[in-house]
Amino acid sequence: MPIKALLVLLAFFASLAVFGYRLYRRFDHMRLGQPASPFGQWDERIKSLVIFVLAQGRLFRFPAPGLAHFFFFWGFLILFVTILRALLEGIFPGFVLPWLGTFGPLALLQDLLAVAVTIGVIYGLYLRVVVKPERYKGSHQGEGILVLSFVLVIMLSLLCMNGLRQNLEGGSVASVWQPVSTVAGLLFVKLDKAVQRPLYEIFYWIHLGVVLVFLTLLPGGKHFHIITAPFNVALRNLEPRGKLLPSPQFEGLTGVRNVEQFTWRQMLDWYTCSECGRCQEVCPAYSSGLPLSPKLLIMSLRAHLFERGTALRAARKDGLLQALLEKRLVGDVISDDVVWACMTCYACDQECPLFIEHISPIVDLRRYLLTQQRADAMLMGALANLRRYGNSFGKSDRQRAMWTRGLETPIKDIRKEPAQTLWFVGDYASYSPALTEITQATARVFQQAGIDFGLLYDAERNAGNDLRRVGEEGLFELLMTKNKAVLDKCRFKEIVTTDPHTYNTLKNEYDMNRPVYHYTEVLDRAIASGRLPIQRQLGYTLTYHDPCYLGRYNGIYDAPRRVLAAIGCRVVEMPRHRDRSLCCGAGGGRIWMEEKGIKERSGENRIREAAALDGVQYFVVACPKDMTIYRDAVKTVGQEGRIVVKDIIELVEEALEAQPKDCHNDGGLSSYPKR
Amino acid sequence: MDIVVPIKFVPDLVEELEIDASGAALDRTFLRLIPNEQDDHALEQALLLKERHGGTVTVLTLDTGDVDETLFTAVAKGADRVIKITGDFAGLNNHAIASLLHPVLQNLSFDLILTGTQAVDDLDGSLGTLLAARLDLPYVGYITGVMPADGNVVVRKEYPGGLIAEMAIRLPAVLGIQAAEKPPRYVVTSLVMQAMKTARIEEIEAGQADSRGAAGVARMFRPEAAAHAEMIEGHPDQVADALVALLKERGLLS
Amino acid sequence: MSQDVWVTVETLRGEVLEISDTLLAAGRVLADGLGSKLIALLLGHNAEGLARTLGAADRVVYVDHAVLADFTPDAYRRTIAGVVEGPAPRVVLFGHTSMGMDVACGVSHDLGAPLVTSCQTVKVKDSQPWYVSLTCGGKIVAEGEMPGPTCIVTMIPGGYKPEAGRREGAPEVSRVAPPTTLGDLRVSLKGYVEPPAGDVDLTKESILVGVGRGIQQRDNLKPAEELAAVLGGVVAATRPIVDQGWLPTSRLVGKSGKTVKPRLYLALGISGAPEHVEGIRDAALIVAINTDEKAPIYDLAHFGAAVDVSKLLPILTEKIKAAKGG
Repeated sequence: MPIKALLVLLAFFASLAVFGYRLYRRFDHMRLGQPASPFGQWDERIKSLVIFVLAQGRLFRFPAPGLAHFFFFWGFLILFVTILRALLEGIFPGFVLPWLGTFGPLALLQDLLAVAVTIGVIYGLYLRVVVKPERYKGSHQGEGILVLSFVLVIMLSLLCMNGLRQNLEGGSVASVWQPVSTVAGLLFVKLDKAVQRPLYEIFYWIHLGVVLVFLTLLPGGKHFHIITAPFNVALRNLEPRGKLLPSPQFEGLTGVRNVEQFTWRQMLDWYTCSECGRCQEVCPAYSSGLPLSPKLLIMSLRAHLFERGTALRAARKDGLLQALLEKRLVGDVISDDVVWACMTCYACDQECPLFIEHISPIVDLRRYLLTQQRADAMLMGALANLRRYGNSFGKSDRQRAMWTRGLETPIKDIRKEPAQTLWFVGDYASYSPALTEITQATARVFQQAGIDFGLLYDAERNAGNDLRRVGEEGLFELLMTKNKAVLDKCRFKEIVTTDPHTYNTLKNEYDMNRPVYHYTEVLDRAIASGRLPIQRQLGYTLTYHDPCYLGRYNGIYDAPRRVLAAIGCRVVEMPRHRDRSLCCGAGGGRIWMEEKGIKERSGENRIREAAALDGVQYFVVACPKDMTIYRDAVKTVGQEGRIVVKDIIELVEEALEAQPKDCHNDGGLSSYPKR
Repeated sequence: MDIVVPIKFVPDLVEELEIDASGAALDRTFLRLIPNEQDDHALEQALLLKERHGGTVTVLTLDTGDVDETLFTAVAKGADRVIKITGDFAGLNNHAIASLLHPVLQNLSFDLILTGTQAVDDLDGSLGTLLAARLDLPYVGYITGVMPADGNVVVRKEYPGGLIAEMAIRLPAVLGIQAAEKPPRYVVTSLVMQAMKTARIEEIEAGQADSRGAAGVARMFRPEAAAHAEMIEGHPDQVADALVALLKERGLLS
Repeated sequence: MSQDVWVTVETLRGEVLEISDTLLAAGRVLADGLGSKLIALLLGHNAEGLARTLGAADRVVYVDHAVLADFTPDAYRRTIAGVVEGPAPRVVLFGHTSMGMDVACGVSHDLGAPLVTSCQTVKVKDSQPWYVSLTCGGKIVAEGEMPGPTCIVTMIPGGYKPEAGRREGAPEVSRVAPPTTLGDLRVSLKGYVEPPAGDVDLTKESILVGVGRGIQQRDNLKPAEELAAVLGGVVAATRPIVDQGWLPTSRLVGKSGKTVKPRLYLALGISGAPEHVEGIRDAALIVAINTDEKAPIYDLAHFGAAVDVSKLLPILTEKIKAAKGG
């Protein structure tokens, strides 16, 4: 066997062995994880592969890097043939890959892709070395630059190889189909063939060598996603976004204490993280100065899994390994503050091109932390109130329906008589004195629309959405059971609520077997059908804030916009709108927690964003917590004359009046903003 | 250290309080009872002592209605024994409660009894002081810190102005807890549910209640204040304007 | 057995505490009403001089012993029970305080005398002494006859102004020997611990913004602090706030905290429970903000508004800033 073939074989097997060993170790660590069954619905999964892997779907949310990566991906896939060819030609001299090796158009495509990839790499290097975007902070920069350089070398060496080959083998089919390679060949054409031959070998070994080294690096870092991404996307969670899965229990305790208590499926997520930082970029906790970065969280989990997996699998556990085993996942690897900082707004899960779930491990860790009473006192006080009184305000359940006293027409008690629609009001809308008027306005509009609705009055309890997100599964179960016991005795066909959090859990986690609507959907329906007669067009210019649990979680973006259009308002979108909407900061139970370490509140950040829009007078919300947060934010940011926060119901009620009122009662503000 | 924590259930002040037809007692039909807040602190202090120095914690209460959840929650927090005294108890005063707890306590061995230094509905002394008197044990109240020290305990007793007196008490003793060293812990519902399945509440039948030693109540009513604040009506905006005017008038805004 | 009224004087480190004056005021009402004598019982060591300040009493009974130099529950209980047993007065008044509550019950047990606590005011009705007590956070009043032949009563501050219990003139002092059972005490004083210096001395501030449980969230502390700053004052707190660790004990106003006499006390989300209210009674102007219109604080406050604290604060702060020209 020729020396070269032997060397190629040796190199190949060496690389394969290292790659295989590293791959095996990580797979072995994954086997420590808990069972999971992300299978079934294969048609949906194949569709995901096509859209999100082949077509690189979510990558284009960041257009320029997305385009570059599109070429990296397709370049890699198509040029893989050339690597294969190089390998086989090395082992079997004179080997020609059947069909693929001689197919002209494919060769052309490879040439063009090599150029595209090279441009992409230069752009990538430019981003990393010159632009240094915030989202790369914390990612392994060295590895990033190294791999980009590798790819550059692989591309250039390929072109040079092809060019030299053309020179050496004379004009052929190849030179027609591979113009770029021809150009590369021009670099060497003046050299004597005796020089070009060894030069070709050099480029060959550079090309193959870098590829084989790259292969060995793959499992160890962020480029592992090259292998795992198709699996991660194909096996993604197809449950409704707003549905949390319960944690497995260990020794009667719920939640995750050690990394091996996560499922293998969660671990696969971490191996797939390419450290692109898009999640970090859109995370409201990160941007407000809290210690959470979804990217860094996933990277920590991955690194810790490797460390602990190694220690657990080691035959003999020496001192160093013992120390590793004693490391606490939350406490030593990840701090408590990181776990509590999350607002569960879903921006990270929405943004991730590889469908990594960030909220899922956070909630699992919270479940564990609560069993250890490792949460701030204010949160625990709120939980104690919720457990005793069924609401987070610590008020008597007998006061829940006190807001109804301001109404002219009383509302049906759905416990006593049937109604078409059950209005599940929610804690904030019921108990917050600042929101009483809006709740009453909602009742009046429902009445005007002729909706046959009723309330649970005192029997309603907190629906529990945020209790789950905070990790108090048991209390969620308790409240859900109480609510369902009451609901089961009532007769109704559908449920409506004004609170997106309540909406989310009733729709996705309660198994109501009846439709659940957000009031904006009901308003949309009522206006479209003519049951809600709009008397006048308001002509306001305004911006609409998409609530996290209505928009990203449940896909309701258009109904509220249609309502606003129907009442004659012009909606000017904030840069971060629809599924890029910035969370107000109240979610994930954070409204019950102490505010520590915040540099800029999300609410204030958002108001500044809105105030920067020309001519916008109103900031429209469709959630009682948003109302609370943004009203305060307008004051603290000092934008009181400039922009007014309104609930969509206030505008609808205004549009139902034939005559405009003189001074609108908007709770604390004395004048309209100047236009 | 073996510690007993008697818990008293008291009216929840979050609810409206009504006077009954007799005009001399609270209307108990819609009354909600909750564990006395300072008894929660006493339990917390007891659990802290157990965590630091070992021993057992026993929780004791009269079965005035919905007490099971509180007892199971105490188990989930770390109590070793929970005992409820069964019987018919309507509107007992503290002397009566102490008389019912007394025989039960005599059958328990303990180093300390920790209980709240007072309860919102006390009219005839606090439970802790009455138990101490009956058991002939030393009592110190308004405690915010407890430290065991060879055969006795040193306590931090609160005086006005934030001054603290450190006193040493011989054991066994009764302490009236004002506040535990940490706020009462919250234990997750799943652990309480678990306690409900695995723990057992011991039941002891009550003896005869003796309510002597207290005064009779001739009349109970909601106070009509001699004076009442002048209320400013309107929305926060209007209230703020009125307040600014008031403060200006009183020379408080210079 | 007599119709006399006895008052146990509370002293701390050589000074007579104000509660003693409140007790004397109440004692005077009873003694005058019953046509009997008011006797002040003073315990201490080399403290006879303090008797001079007890002019409202007809007589002072002074017991001197080294062990009585500072208050300890066992020693004081045994002494008081021992001294009072013989004379068997109609009423013995104690403070409803850290000291008073430690011994009143023991004395009641030792004498077999009924016990009434949380008493705010007293009266004489049909020749019988009556108590008027506050309960349920100050929301309910209970009154009734003090059972005879001897009744032990603890009184909360506030029912009578301390000034009402001070009279000119030094009363007659008679020394009584301590009971022989002052050996083998089960409780001993180790020492006093001064409160930590704290960032502010509330008693020196002329404007205080008090925060209570009704502010609901720790988030609302910051707006309160901003309001206090703009007014030129500081934030004070009730017991629940301090217990939760939201503010240090140096900010506590009320029973175990400071008694303050500011020009303005703004009570935010404070219900008005007696333990807190006793600390702010003498404020020149009290304004209460509490959405519960029935809260007892409104019985004490001069002005009030049943609006949401979190809604009011930012607006009020802005308006005050503007009014001050800032």
